Order: sequence, then C-alpha cells, then structure tokens
Amino acid sequence: MSTAVLWIFFPGLLAVVLLVLNRWERTVVVVSALSTAALAALALWLPINETVEIGTLRLEIVDTWSIFGRLFVLGEADRPALVMLFLTASFWYGGAYVANTRRSFVPLALFMVALLTAAIAVEPFLYAALLIELAVLVSIPFLRPPGAQAGSGVLRYLTFQTLGVPFILFSGWMLAGTEANPGNEDFGMRAALLLGLGFTFLLAVFPFHSWIPMLSQEAHPYPVAFILLVLPAAITFFGLGFLDQFAWLRNSEAAHLSLRTIGALMVCTTGLTAAFQRHLGRILGYAVLFEIGLSLLTIGFAEGEHTGAFLSLFFASLLPRGLALGVWALALTVIRAQREDLYYRDILGLAMRFPIAASGLVLAQFAWIGLPLTAGFPVRMALMENIARISPFALLWIILGSFGLVLGGLRTLGVLVTGEDVVPWQVTESGAQRFFLILGMLGLLIVGLFPKWFLPFFVNLPQAFEQLAP
Amino acid sequence: MVFESLALPAAIFLSLTGFLLLISSDWRVSILILAAQYGGVFALVALSWSVEMAVVKLVAGWMAGAVLGMALVSIPEGSFVFRQLNLSGIVFRLLLAVLVVLVMVSLAPQLARWVPGVTPAQAYGGAFLIGLGLVHLGLTVRPLGVILGLLTVFSGFEIWYASVETSILVSGLLAGINLGLALVGAYFLNVTVVEASE
Repeated sequence: MSTAVLWIFFPGLLAVVLLVLNRWERTVVVVSALSTAALAALALWLPINETVEIGTLRLEIVDTWSIFGRLFVLGEADRPALVMLFLTASFWYGGAYVANTRRSFVPLALFMVALLTAAIAVEPFLYAALLIELAVLVSIPFLRPPGAQAGSGVLRYLTFQTLGVPFILFSGWMLAGTEANPGNEDFGMRAALLLGLGFTFLLAVFPFHSWIPMLSQEAHPYPVAFILLVLPAAITFFGLGFLDQFAWLRNSEAAHLSLRTIGALMVCTTGLTAAFQRHLGRILGYAVLFEIGLSLLTIGFAEGEHTGAFLSLFFASLLPRGLALGVWALALTVIRAQREDLYYRDILGLAMRFPIAASGLVLAQFAWIGLPLTAGFPVRMALMENIARISPFALLWIILGSFGLVLGGLRTLGVLVTGEDVVPWQVTESGAQRFFLILGMLGLLIVGLFPKWFLPFFVNLPQAFEQLAP
Repeated sequence: MVFESLALPAAIFLSLTGFLLLISSDWRVSILILAAQYGGVFALVALSWSVEMAVVKLVAGWMAGAVLGMALVSIPEGSFVFRQLNLSGIVFRLLLAVLVVLVMVSLAPQLARWVPGVTPAQAYGGAFLIGLGLVHLGLTVRPLGVILGLLTVFSGFEIWYASVETSILVSGLLAGINLGLALVGAYFLNVTVVEASE
C-alpha cells in the first residue's frame, strides 16, 4: 500500500461517504475528527518503505503512487506537514458541531484536506496549482449556504484563485526551461515575473487582497477561518517548493528582496488598516493578511546562512497561528449567533452576557499579535530578534503593523465591555461552547508558557525542502 | 492537416464568440455561444495534441455548458433575470471588446515568443479569449457572468498551455477545473433561486 492511498485516497473517499451521510451530523463530526486524528497519529509513527505486520497481515508501505505517468510521493520528509495538516483538520472538525456550521462543511473540508495533501505529494510539484484550485472549488459550497446570494467576497475569492493558476503553470514550465538554459536571463526574468503574479493572486497580495476581508465579513467565521488557515499555508508550502527546486531562484537576491519588500509593506498596511475597522470579521481578515505578509517577510530573509533559522521560524509560527485562529473563529461564531452582524454597534457590552466568548476573542487577537505569555509570543519574539540583527528597518514595519493590530484589539475589548445598558455579568454560552473555548484559551496560554514542549516538532519541517534547507 | 487549415478561422471564430458572450442578453444564447466556443478551442488545441486528447477539452466544455444550462432550466420562470443591456450598453461593450482585441492583436506575436511551441493562430485565439474573458469579468458582478468569464479566460490559457504540456493527468485536472467551475456556477444559481422562492 502506498502512503498516498492512506493520506489522499482514504480521506477523499471518506469525505464522499460522509457527504452522503451528512444528515447524521454528530456522527459525521465524530468520525471525521477521529479519522483525521488517527491519520495524524499514523503520520507520526508509521514506518515508510518498510513492511508492517498487523497480526497475520503484512503490509508494505511504499512512498510513491503513480497515476497517468505522474507521481504522488509522501515520504519521511513530509511527516511533519502531514501531522500538522491532519491534526489541524481534526481539531477543526471537532469544533464544527459547536460552531453550528453547515452540514456539508465537515465532509467538504475533509475532501479539501485530501486535495491539499495531494498538492503536497504531486510530482512534478507545479501541478499542485491545479489541485489547490480544485480545493478552492470544493470550498465554495460551505462558504455560501443555500438561500443566500453569492456575495462579492466569495466571487472574488473564486476569481482570484482561478486567475492565479495559469500564471503558476506557465512559470513552472518556464522555470524548468531556465534551469536547462541558465544563460537565458530574459527567459528567467519572464518566468519570475509570471511566478510573482501567480503568487500575488493566490496569496492575496495587494491589489488582489480584497476578498479576504470581504469574505470574513460576509460568511460564517468558522469555515472562513479554516480556509484562511490551510489555504495560505498550503500555497506557501507550494511556493517554498519552487525555491527548493530551482537553484537560480533560490540564490536570487532580487527574489528575496522582492519578498521582503512586499512582506514588509503588507504587514504595515494591513496592520494599520485593521485599527480602523468596525467589523469583527474584517479585523480577522486583515489579521490574516498581516500574517501572510509576515510569512513573506520571513521567507524573504531565509537566504544564505540564515535560511534554516528563518524557515524554522516560519514553520513554528503555524502552531500559534492555528490555535489563535481556531479560538478567534469559535468566539466570533458564538457572538454571531446572538447578533445580526458583527459590527461594533451590534456587540456593545456583549462581554457581560458572553464573557467566555469575549475573553476568547480578545485573547486570540492578542496572541495573534504576540502578547507575552501567549502562544504567539515565543515565535514572534525570536523572529523580531533575528530580523533586527539583519535589518532594523524591516523591524520598524512589523512594529508599525503590530501597533495597528494592538489598537484594533483594544478597540474590540473596549466595545465588548462598554454598553449603554448595564446588565449583571452572566455566563450564557452553552456547555460545549464553554468547553471548546476554555480548552482553546488554555492551549494559547500553555504553548506560550511552555514553548519548548511544542515548537521543536515544527522546527524539523524545513527538512521537507532538501535543497533549500540542507 | 485539417486542423491547420482550420486554425486561423478558429481564432477569428473565438474572437466572435467572445464578442457575442459580452453582449448577449439571453442566457440560452450565452450557453450556446459557450458551447460553440469550445469547438474553436478544440480546433486550436488539436494543433498540438492528438485528436483523442484534444476532444477532452470539447467534451469537458460542453459538459460545463450543459451543467450551467440544466441549472438555469431548473430555475422557475421569472425568478432569474439575466443581464438586460440597452443600446448604449451594447455599444460600450462592443467598443471595449474591439479595443481589447486590438491590444491582443498587437501583443499576441510578442507573447508567442515567450511560448516557443505555440502557432500564430493559437497565440491569437488564446489571447482573444483571455482578453475578452477578462473584460467579461471586469463588467459583471453576477455569478453566471463571473463563471462565463472565468471559463473563457481558462479556455484561452488552455490553448496556449496545450502547446507546452501534453500530460494526461494535467489534461484531466484542467477538465476537472472546467467542470468544477460550472458546478460552482450551478450552485450559485440554485442558491439564488432558493432565496427568491422563500
């Protein structure tokens, strides 16, 4: 049996079965959460390219699966990525029942995970763009429930993600040609230009960023947060694949400078823009854009002797990001269920009735920024220290952007605890909501207090890119 | 050989379908034009691929049209209004389309140099579809218009990409994306109906 059957075919098939059975919502949630947790556990310990004996059954686990002359390879180096992806999916599906999402969310999100795993595995790797596009198409139904108009956010999401694919495919073909003829600089320049345009579309870089705040304003926060967590991470993995594969791109000073410049501008502008938002969903959207910018900045600094350190920091940042986004989305879901919308005027004084959801929302926002003692702090502090050694000017952009996010967080806190009608404090969240929110908040604090228990695992993720981080 | 003699007419035909998609006020006509457009795409892709492979584009495109058509047919009469264009709107769109086609005529030879295997007819045909598809996307906020625009842009790209990539898997995935876009379009159209009927 190949690893691709286990981590791509099986979850894909399970997703189809669960989609048929989705009227039994609780069963679907439990089965998908447990099966993805089991797949994460298997990714941690299952020997690859060896024979496994289970009782009388002997299974040879091979890392390659061939379809129509193309390969899907999930080997030793992919283990951390698989663990991370399936563990994230497991936690997200577990919370879906509490978040009261559409019934189709869990099966379709599971299918999306299978497609993203295929995107990690496919060789030649540039075909991942097609699989990511298919994952985007699969995600559309759970963003717009039946009976709702297709909002402009979801249409832009579909449009920009689709328009990015041709650029990536063409640039992949051109980059292969550049590798064969290293002297042809014009060809290389065109390839880099197309590649940059493709990732500008896919990663929502300015001016193609507007769909993220629009989508997070108009759609259910929980599925949106799932997409905003897994999609940029998968696309960044894909982008690192380009750097890993093509030496001239990896060694190009201009490419790294471009990444740093775009990242710094994105961090600063989106952070400051978040300070002026009056809708909780849009604040989440701008915070995600801030993180995408920070990822680009981090990868931009990953060159020469600093490559390993910055790549490790990029991968380590995925844990606090996932945790904070989960708590943030769940808290928004609880609040959204009580109010027509998430504008500041709709949530005045809501903390007095929903103190746990309000605490989760504020804690997640500050953990996202990197408040001391929260999950975001250790990685953010290390990142800022490393950047300060190389370019204090770049650090200034991060500080400015973070200042904007802090202002946004403080405004949210102020609105939540200030109301015209004074009501006694009471806890009105359901038991399950309380359980998941408190669990998430504890997670944010525990990772912040004991980072060495968790972060070393993520530090090994750069090993998946053998050339980039030898 | 047959397809080589059809190549230039196919490229011109594709620009015409792009024009008509922009000014059509009837969804039935739009779906028919889309289906016809895939005939032109097939003729140009067949210059680079075997007929058996190229016909995948035709079948996938027609299936995409059928999916959208079935979704539109199932909508109750009166609950869905396709765009209504007055004379000034049509003239504006036509002028814009002419402008874009002229730009593409001047750019296509240069773009063809970026992709060495592409023939002039493929370069023009692909460029017309991409340009007119982008105009379509820029002029609409309605789901059906967006899907038609995306399918048009993607068709133009597929003509170019066929000259550099002949993998069966990629062909299948591209067909999957075309069908996926059509299914998403059908989903958007149906959710609009649910809202209208409530």
